[in-house]
Amino acid sequence: MKPEQADAVWLDAQHEFSLAELVRFSGLSEAELRELVDYGVLTPTDPQGAEWTFGGDIVVTMQAAGRLRDDLELEPQALALALTLIGRIRELEAQLRGLRAQLPRRSP
Amino acid sequence: MKYKDYYQVLGVERDADIDAIKKAYRKLAHKYHPDVSKDPAGEEKFKEIADAYQTLKDPEKRAAYDQLGRHRPGQDFQPPPDWGKQFGDAPFSSDDIDLSELFAGLSSGRRHAGRQGGTHKMPGQDYEVTAHISLDDACRGTTVDLNLTVPEYDEHGRLHRVERSFKARIPKGATDGQRLRLRGKGGKGLNGGPDGDLYLNIALHPHALYRVSGHDLYLDLPLTPWEAALGAVVEVPTLGGSVHLKVPPGTHAGQKLRLARRGLPKPSAEEGDLFAIVQIVVPTVLSERERALFKELSDGSTFNPRGHFEQEMRNETRTS
Repeated sequence: MKPEQADAVWLDAQHEFSLAELVRFSGLSEAELRELVDYGVLTPTDPQGAEWTFGGDIVVTMQAAGRLRDDLELEPQALALALTLIGRIRELEAQLRGLRAQLPRRSP
Repeated sequence: MKYKDYYQVLGVERDADIDAIKKAYRKLAHKYHPDVSKDPAGEEKFKEIADAYQTLKDPEKRAAYDQLGRHRPGQDFQPPPDWGKQFGDAPFSSDDIDLSELFAGLSSGRRHAGRQGGTHKMPGQDYEVTAHISLDDACRGTTVDLNLTVPEYDEHGRLHRVERSFKARIPKGATDGQRLRLRGKGGKGLNGGPDGDLYLNIALHPHALYRVSGHDLYLDLPLTPWEAALGAVVEVPTLGGSVHLKVPPGTHAGQKLRLARRGLPKPSAEEGDLFAIVQIVVPTVLSERERALFKELSDGSTFNPRGHFEQEMRNETRTS
């Protein structure tokens, strides 16, 4: 049997998802996601818009948020703090990767 | 089915009360949770801890677990013959599932797929796998074969492990750590619930020449001292073939020469850049002629790269 082929979609800022989709992906409720928006750890593409959409690059972080809430039984405020710190770690890791890439592989 | 000692996993006594179980779980979860832990074995360890907690925190499941008797961890065992009737509204076939799936089946079976004919729509589980691809694959896009073994319910609500394989097309634009979503390729939904999704985590194979940061590439560019001093045109390999790079006169070690849009393509129309990082390399063995020329340069040059040492030291003494 020929295996079926599936097309993959990038989870980047160009691919937007609705609030309902983010609820489904993350397992967080709409109220919890709105609270994370209030805390400033989640930003809709157009915060003033009638229907919120979110860049796909946030999906993985919100899935982590869902796991952290379930597994560590975190309150929204603690969850927001954890996400802020995780975000900073990701930023620092990216900086570190960038700097490492600039180090010569072998000394001349 | 292999036995797991859930009490041992959490490090509690078999008669521990719920508070002690909760406390032990929280402590271990904070240490090993894969979203916060850097321990490479953390994910596996956390799954074990979470499975143990999910079972032991629920009095019904804990009773069912205790009825399995005591075995050595890892030992093969079968639940007692009447165990299924006593605890499982969910029928199960215990030969091809593991302990955590047995207990997961216990609750979801009761609520959703039980013999009483649950009608609650339940979305399928999401899965995450890592796809290892080369830089060339990332550049051009590629197709990867995915083979997954996932727990799935059959039409009788029975839990089985099934092999699923399909090809996933990865469009060009990938880089390390990037995620893709394959809609509906996760676990099957129950009672008309939507199928789960599959998330692909891209990991690039290390390349012999290029180092990757986002969609930018870095390449060591060794130059001779005279190429760096006089300037030169050198051939540089890029993913799209060799190009000629103009090295300006007076180039120094560590300088980054940018080859615009010669990095990895992004999912949008743009590309990253390629940076050639200059290294100045001297021959370790000199011919007679080379030695003579270097000697002549040394005698004739007034260039002092350490001139600032003395000046800076003087400034330091003055300000301190």
